[in-house]
Parts: sequence; structure tokens; C-alpha cells
Amino acid sequence: MDGAKQELRNMSRDINNHPPGKRPYCAALLVLCAGFFITGHAAAELPGSAMLAYTCAGCHGANGSSVGPASPTIAGISVDYFIETMLAYKNATRPSTIMSRIAKGYSDEEIRLMAAFFAEQKIVRQPQDYDMKKAIRGRKLHKKYCNKCHEDGGALADDDAGILAGQWAPFLQFTFADFISGARPMPDSKKQQFDKLIKQQGADGVEQLIQFYASQH
Amino acid sequence: MTNITRRTFITISAATVAASAIGFPRPGIGAGKRVVIVGGGIAGATAAKYLRLMDGGIDVTLIEPKKIYTTCFLSNEVLWDHRNIDSIQFNYDALGKHGVTVVHDVVTAIDPGSRRVTIKGGKRFNYDACVVSPGISFNWDAIENYTPEASQKLPHAYQAGPQTLLLRDQIKAMKDGGIFILVAPQNPFRCPPGPYERASQIAWYFKNHKPRSKIIILDPKPEFSKQALFTAAWERYFGYKTGNSMIEWIGEADAGEVTRVDVKRMEAIASSPYKGDVINVIPPQHAGKIALQSGLADDTGWCPVNHRTFESKIHKDIYVVGDAAIAAPMPKSGYSANSQAKVCAAAIIAKFSGEPEPVPSFVNTCYSLITPEHAISVAMVYNLGPKGVIQEVPGAGGLTPKDASDEMRKREVAYAYSWFRNITHDIFG
Ligand SMILES: Cc1cc2nc3c(=O)[nH]c(=O)nc-3n(C[C@H](O)[C@H](O)[C@H](O)COP(=O)(O)OP(=O)(O)OC[C@H]3O[C@@H](n4cnc5c(N)ncnc54)[C@H](O)[C@@H]3O)c2cc1C
Repeated sequence: MDGAKQELRNMSRDINNHPPGKRPYCAALLVLCAGFFITGHAAAELPGSAMLAYTCAGCHGANGSSVGPASPTIAGISVDYFIETMLAYKNATRPSTIMSRIAKGYSDEEIRLMAAFFAEQKIVRQPQDYDMKKAIRGRKLHKKYCNKCHEDGGALADDDAGILAGQWAPFLQFTFADFISGARPMPDSKKQQFDKLIKQQGADGVEQLIQFYASQH
Repeated sequence: MTNITRRTFITISAATVAASAIGFPRPGIGAGKRVVIVGGGIAGATAAKYLRLMDGGIDVTLIEPKKIYTTCFLSNEVLWDHRNIDSIQFNYDALGKHGVTVVHDVVTAIDPGSRRVTIKGGKRFNYDACVVSPGISFNWDAIENYTPEASQKLPHAYQAGPQTLLLRDQIKAMKDGGIFILVAPQNPFRCPPGPYERASQIAWYFKNHKPRSKIIILDPKPEFSKQALFTAAWERYFGYKTGNSMIEWIGEADAGEVTRVDVKRMEAIASSPYKGDVINVIPPQHAGKIALQSGLADDTGWCPVNHRTFESKIHKDIYVVGDAAIAAPMPKSGYSANSQAKVCAAAIIAKFSGEPEPVPSFVNTCYSLITPEHAISVAMVYNLGPKGVIQEVPGAGGLTPKDASDEMRKREVAYAYSWFRNITHDIFG
């Protein structure tokens, strides 16, 4: 078991050492943000990106790294994924407890400013309890079913994929539950693969995957 | 973290190109400037930390008598031993590491003329900006016989700490079949859903441990925060509105205003006397005493401030944040205090460096835990309205939907605990 633990550790080390800032900015997101302060007489006065983003800390942690136990870390996620997520909440196409109520409070421009802030933040991952046996099994499942979109054990913030590695287990459980129930729609490109995972591996497989992501800190 | 908040984001949008924004703040701009913070609770500790994060050149002194701060949030869970008090206690070590000078003493005077703060120990502190964040104090004149001494028998437990433990011990010692009276305050007061969350949790405890007991809420108000959600939960779990309800709410229409207590006879007197085995009196409130003494409050007993900067409307270079400030429509909550303190810190730094006042943005989210698997919330995003007054962003926010599923209510419990961990880490970490 020690060897296995080492292997999981190594994988998490890779994840943490992954060079930051390799995330592409999409053209629509050439936003101007000067931390708290936008000087000059901007046409419509907007809060600065940090001003907006600091209000998220209460639930998502200082600079977007959550200390748990359930609310997700949002540091380091890609600009595109942040915007997609906030718009989905705003339009209530993604189920949530309070995020839909919060997202409606921001203009699209403000959401872009926040996205730029969080994309720049380094993730601070926290250790959490996990089941080693399940995590090892989950790692295999990840490679088989998920790695194509969620590269590097789900540690890479790709254009349209959320970061899974080190994410809080209860949040992942909620998210899987919403995908499985259909409450949260999934793009066709991913749905096929996801359905295959559920059909072939069932609830146990889902739990193993979650334990694998929880082990990555 | 310092360099992150300092980072200039240099991507440029077509819409704002004309504004020719520059990255700001620049390092060290506040060097030599002194900020003195009066009160190291939620608002004061947040302001201290964020001032230092935004500009490491500023000299920040935080004055707070307590070495250990006990959060009011989640303190209702301590009342029925669902949680240990240590889990809601924090020290000031991390603030010290952020370069804040922490002085454990009581501020006895703030002099806006000489821009000086005096502490009980006699020492004086000069300031360029003073942040006043003393929270609330109780209006001891409002309820006849309800004095600080009386609160040792009839606890308020509305400033967490020894009072929380006192009420906890009384609840624990109460016999099955006893009556718990909660005297709720008039608006505005700290944590509007707080008394009703408390009643819900104690009812849950009674239901499981002392099922013949009753809770009577005596309330001067015609309605209360999250009322429909609370009463729906009370109907579901506690027989509310039936002849055998565990909770009875007596509001304004039924003359629920308590004007007097009789400590000896253990009575809260509204239009008629109510006898209780445990009586929890939450008196009406105003801004912390030091704010009143320093002339920072108006007739309402709360402190008027500029909503863009939180600078006092009465005294220049003094900023009031948290429960003590008039920031309606924001409620007096920990989340509001944390959010306001960051806006205030940014405004102070902008002022020191001669930059325009930043445009503020605020959030409040308040969770109320009803049972271990059932929580509800209210959330809102705020910005500055056309008249320079804080406004709710139209279309945003609101309450947990009435028809939210059990699963969603359970998730709100998990998110409530996450909120607690993250906000306390943001403040004291
Ligand atoms: C039961 C209960 C439940 C709550 N639940 C929630 C919740 O779930 N969510 C939420 O957001 N909010 C909640 N709140 C509200 C929250 O606790 C307050 O809104 C918050 O503490 C306000 O912060 P503050 O800094 O203004 O005041 P405080 O946190 O009270 O801090 C004031 C500090 O100033 C110090 N002080 C006072 N006078 C002086 C002086 N002269 N010199 C030096 N220091 C001084 C005090 O010692 C104190 O530490 C709850 C409150 C209660 C009572």
C-alpha cells in the first residue's frame, strides 16, 4: 500500500508543479482590470476585478481556494469555464443552491472581470480524507473515461473543463448526482463517455473517481 | 498573496480602452501612513488584513481587548452541544504575521480633531485614517429591569463567548416539559434571522431530548426574516400552527413586545407575564459604545457613512464598518461586515495615494441551520445606486426557493459549514 500511496503522491506532485499561466485567453476576454482600481472616467463605472472577486472569498476562500468542506475551489479555472459557469447559473440552466441567485447580480462584463482574476490565481489545495483503495481504482477509471477532457488527473484548467484534482469531495458528489439525474445537462461530446462510465461502472465507479480526485492535493 | 493583489491585469477591452487605466495600487505608496482600527471583530480584522495585503507599506494597528474572538455565527449550535465552543474561536496570530500590530486593550476615546485614539492603558495612537468597527452594544434602557447583571441570569447570548456557555448550560439543565422563552428585538439588529435560527435549533434539540418542552418567542415585530421558510420548517418538524406546537411565535399583533422582566419570578412581561424556565432576552441594539461616545452615531444610534468609502458622514478620516454602520439595505451580518471592510480598505488606500474612490461591490449570504439536514439561505449582490446609496442589484439574490428539495436543503447545510470555514480563514487565517 505504501508504494501505491507514493504513486498517488507523485501524481499529485506533478499536478502541483504544472506550470501555471499556460491557459489560453479567448479573444472575447480581452478585459481591462486593474485590481481594485479603474482609474479615469470609464464610461460605465465598473468595479475592479479584485473588488468583485474579493466578495466571493466568504464561500470560495481567499483568492478562490476553498478550505472546504464542500464549496468548490474556483482559483485557477479557465476564463472560458468561469464565464460558461456563471452564465449557466445566471440563466438557471445549471442547478444550484445559491449560485443562481448570486450570478444574477453581475453583468456579463463584470463576470469577465472576475473570470480574469480567478484564472490568474494559483490553486492552494488542501488535504482531505479519502479512501486509498477506491482512489487507486478511481485513477484507472479516470484514465479510461475522463482523461481526454480532464487532462492530468483533472488538474488542468482547459478551455471548457473544470478542475477536478483536489476538488472537495462533497462538491464532486453533488455534481455527479446532478449529471446523473439529468438536472445538469452535459454537452453531447462528453455525454457519451459519461453514460458509458455510469453504465459500466455504476455508483461504485463514481465514488472511486471522487476518491481519486480527493486524493490529489 | 500580496503580489497577486498587486498584479496589474493588462488585458484590455475595447469598451475601456479609452479610460486608459493603469495598474494600481503601486507598491509602497502608503508607506508611513498609519491606520488605527478600533475593534478586531469580523469587520475590523478583515480591514486590518486586507489593508496590509493591498499595500504592505501601511502601518496598521488593531486594538481589540479580547485575545480570543468567538464568532457569533454557528454559536447557536454551541447552545445545544452540537458544536464545541473552541471550534468557533480564533486568535490574532495570523494577523500579526500579515504585519498588523495587534494591541489587546479597550479604546476609550477617539479624537477626530487631533486624529488620535486613546486606550485604557493610557497610550495614544495617531492616525491618518481610523477604522471604527466595534459591532453592537445593547440598549439597556429598553426593557425595564434588564440590566447587565440581569443578563447573568437571563442571558442574551448575542455577543458570543461566556454568554453562549451560560445559555447552553441553562438549556442543558432545563427539565423536560420546561418553557424556553426567547425575547426578540426590534429592528434593526445584528443578524436578522439569528433569533429564529436559534429557536429552530433549540426546538430540534427539545424534540430529540426533551420532547415535552415548549418555546415561546415574544416579538415586538409584525414579521421577521425568512419567515415563510422558518414557519414552513416549523410546521414540518415541530407541529407549528397545531394545538400541540413546540414553537409559539407571539408577534406585534398579539402584543408580543416585552417591556419588563422579573428576574426573581423568571418572567418576561409583555401585555401579560410569561413565565419561563429559561429566558433568553435579546435586547434592542445600537452601534458599539465607543462609536456613540465618539459622536459617530446619529439619532438612530447607528453610524451614517458614505456608502462608497464607508467614511463617516460626521467625522473626516474616520471610517465605520460592520454592524455599527448604517448600510441598509445590507443586513447587519458577518458576511456584510467582511465585504464592507474590503471596500473600506480599498477606499483608504486610494485616498492615501490620491486616486479616485474605487467603485464598490458587495455580497451578503446568510445561512440559517434549522436541523442537521435542513438549512436555508438569503443571498444578495449589492452595488452603488445612482444616489450614491447601496442598492440591491435588481433581479439578483433572494431566498432559498420554498419548493427546494430535501437534497438541496441538505446541500445548504454543507455550504453553510463551508461558508464558516472560508470566511473565518479569510479573516483570521
Ligand atoms: C446568534 C448569531 C448568529 C449569527 N449568524 C450569522 C451568520 O450565519 N452569518 C453572518 O453573516 N452573520 C451572522 N451573525 C452576525 C455577525 O456575527 C455580526 O454581524 C458580525 O460579528 C459583525 O461584525 P462586527 O465586526 O461589526 O462586530 P463584532 O464581530 O462584534 O466585532 C466587534 C469587536 O469590537 C470590539 N470592541 C468593541 N468596543 C471596543 C473598544 N472600545 N475598543 C476596542 N475594541 C472594541 C469587540 O470586542 C469585538 O471584538 C450572527 C450573529 C449572532 C448573534
